[in-house]
Amino acid sequence: MTLLETERVAVSALRRGTVPRRRGPGRAGYFFVAGYALLLLAFGVFPTGYSFYLALTNDRGQFTGFNQFVKVAQDYRFVPAFTHMLVYLVMWLAVLVVLVVLVAVVLRSRVRPGTSALFRFLYYIPGALAGVASVLVWLFMLDPDVSPVSWLLNSMGMHSFAAVLAPGNLPLILMLIAFWTGAGGWMVVMYGALNNIPDEVLEAARMDGAGPWRTAWHIQIPMIRQWIVYMTIMAFATGTQLFVEPQLLQTASLGRVSPSWSPNQLAYVYAFQQGDFNGAAAISVFLLALGLIAAGLLVARSNLFTLDEK
Amino acid sequence: MRSSGSPRAGRRRAVLRTATAALSLAMAAVLAGCASADTSTDSPSADQGFKPAAQKEGSPITVWADSTRLPSVQAYQKSHPDVKMEIVTYDGGADGSTYLQSKTQLFDRTGSGWPDVVFGSPTDMTWASEPTKPGAQAFAAPLDDKLVPKSTLDGFAKGSLAPCQFNGHTYCMRNDIAQVVLWYNKSLMDKWGYEVPATWEQYEALGKRVAKEHPGYLVGSVGDTNSHESYFWAGQCPAFSLVKPDTLRSDLNDEKCVRTAKLLDGLISAKAVTTKGFFSQGFAKDSGSKVLMAYGPSWYGQYLFKTAFKTPAKQIAVAPPLAWQGETARTTGNVGGGVWMVSSHSANLKASTDLVTWLTTSDENQASAPTYPAYTKAAQAWLANPVNSDYFANDVTKPFQEAADEVWTGWSNTRFSDATAWSSVVLPALTSGKSLVSTLPAWQEEIRNQAKAEGYQVVDE
Repeated sequence: MTLLETERVAVSALRRGTVPRRRGPGRAGYFFVAGYALLLLAFGVFPTGYSFYLALTNDRGQFTGFNQFVKVAQDYRFVPAFTHMLVYLVMWLAVLVVLVVLVAVVLRSRVRPGTSALFRFLYYIPGALAGVASVLVWLFMLDPDVSPVSWLLNSMGMHSFAAVLAPGNLPLILMLIAFWTGAGGWMVVMYGALNNIPDEVLEAARMDGAGPWRTAWHIQIPMIRQWIVYMTIMAFATGTQLFVEPQLLQTASLGRVSPSWSPNQLAYVYAFQQGDFNGAAAISVFLLALGLIAAGLLVARSNLFTLDEK
Repeated sequence: MRSSGSPRAGRRRAVLRTATAALSLAMAAVLAGCASADTSTDSPSADQGFKPAAQKEGSPITVWADSTRLPSVQAYQKSHPDVKMEIVTYDGGADGSTYLQSKTQLFDRTGSGWPDVVFGSPTDMTWASEPTKPGAQAFAAPLDDKLVPKSTLDGFAKGSLAPCQFNGHTYCMRNDIAQVVLWYNKSLMDKWGYEVPATWEQYEALGKRVAKEHPGYLVGSVGDTNSHESYFWAGQCPAFSLVKPDTLRSDLNDEKCVRTAKLLDGLISAKAVTTKGFFSQGFAKDSGSKVLMAYGPSWYGQYLFKTAFKTPAKQIAVAPPLAWQGETARTTGNVGGGVWMVSSHSANLKASTDLVTWLTTSDENQASAPTYPAYTKAAQAWLANPVNSDYFANDVTKPFQEAADEVWTGWSNTRFSDATAWSSVVLPALTSGKSLVSTLPAWQEEIRNQAKAEGYQVVDE
């Protein structure tokens, strides 16, 4: 509680002073955003609009209403693909949030600064690899014939690459890949967020008798909550777009992974195998809606963008 | 912290929320109500006559080939320096890749960019012979339509042009066939005093004997993405049988599928047939020298035994396909075998057709081709070429020629790859220890679902 009051006082002291006169909007501002805005329009907004158009029409451009959505939702691959993705997402988000926050807190408060810097660097390295390269690394890790940890795979009863890639293992494997590539970067970010907590606050907590875990649970984690929400939104968005990893596993396993494992892959199959761009667009709109709803809920429930205005 | 904003703002937000909800409901009603058009329209049949693009004599042609056929195209370029060619290497449709199809879909949308000559798989012909969308022209040009003389087309092995033929036209020329034969290690068979099986029953008995007398040695594998084409195609299992262009018969309960599955289950549980793929990572290193027999296509010799397993020369021999006891007609399967097609959008059909004809039919190219030629005369030249037979321990001519004419025609090419259901449903089940017989229903279900999604009507009778 100490901390909230401190912050409020600090903020209102600023606010209460004379409102600084804002300079009128100059042209320079527009110039600076123009480049990004143009690219966003061309490669973000226009394709989204086009996919809405495609999703509401058929291959002759006739208006079909919701029929494309109904059609893809009834496809026998639709429910499995979304189920796969959701199972993966739940696992990945839970593991990401818990482990990233835990590691960041430990690195910040329980480890000497030099060691902490070394670990942050080590955690970050896999994130420097592009998605494809990291999948290739995992292809080796998961193949008992070449894996450096083949003893571990063997001890779990998996003696061939095919056995490792059993359908039930896939969400776990993809979660491992995603965590390995993505978590290091977030640990660095969380560490930075924890650094922003004033020492006085932690000092006060210590004087009130809070141990390291109480401090973490009651002071540090609540104070970086927005960062955690932000991470969750970003990870959710990347998670729903799951494509490269299962697609590469599909090729590398010579087809033992279904080519429509994730919704994005299903959209790809629709567009490029069945030649049904309209159906593919409908699946993309489903994904867009899912991402927007999840982000909206998280933003609304966490006041992600509103706190500063109080 | 939660209660932000004044009560008035809250009320305004509530009104706004109600309005949004009402508007979206209305939108939904409108969208659902006046949507009468179909979600997709039937592709018009390709029978609207072929309209060639404006021809430009001597214009450059673009050729897409897989890396295996690249040297052939380069050889043509060398012997025909006056033809302007741009050669592009791509995956050639291997392992169910849909690269060519994806690209063609996009070219059809943008209206340009098609290659002139393409090497592809027989599966590619199912979509290349029809327009990919209304108003588009089928990608493959009908070669029998004043491009290639009938006498040339008649010179291909029996049934080998079947994958090219749609609506009475021939849309491609078959490069090679991959007739399935029985491969065996002659040195080991002689050493152990085994007789080469001629029937499936003998194959089964010998497999079980090998498992007992020489544990670890294998008589086959079902773990590759195309193993079903070796066993179930050869066994005349009606898994992919087009009764009409848009009607697929897929009946894995058929006695002919069950007998093959049962035979393999017995050999799998005896550990004489492995569920690991011959081509899977690590197989060559671990078990390559333990393959006593293999039931597979004519390219196994060069690509499996010689290249992958590195079996020394003069050990591997070939026997004709296996027959079922008491059945007079012997049939076999086919695993791949590429086709060459000419783009209907080509501005230089003459040069393109000439290249395709040279590639598929000339002794000059086919006698030293890496795989067994589909053109009968070229196949004779191929068999006569010592390079293609020196490696083997027996004379491959008779088994290869016999098998080439025995490929069962009841296994059709469909708009979807027959490998997807096998590798993504059956193989994982086998790996987890299930039997083939118990997996047949799931396999059938996947085939049917896929077929329906691709617009086929599915029957099981």
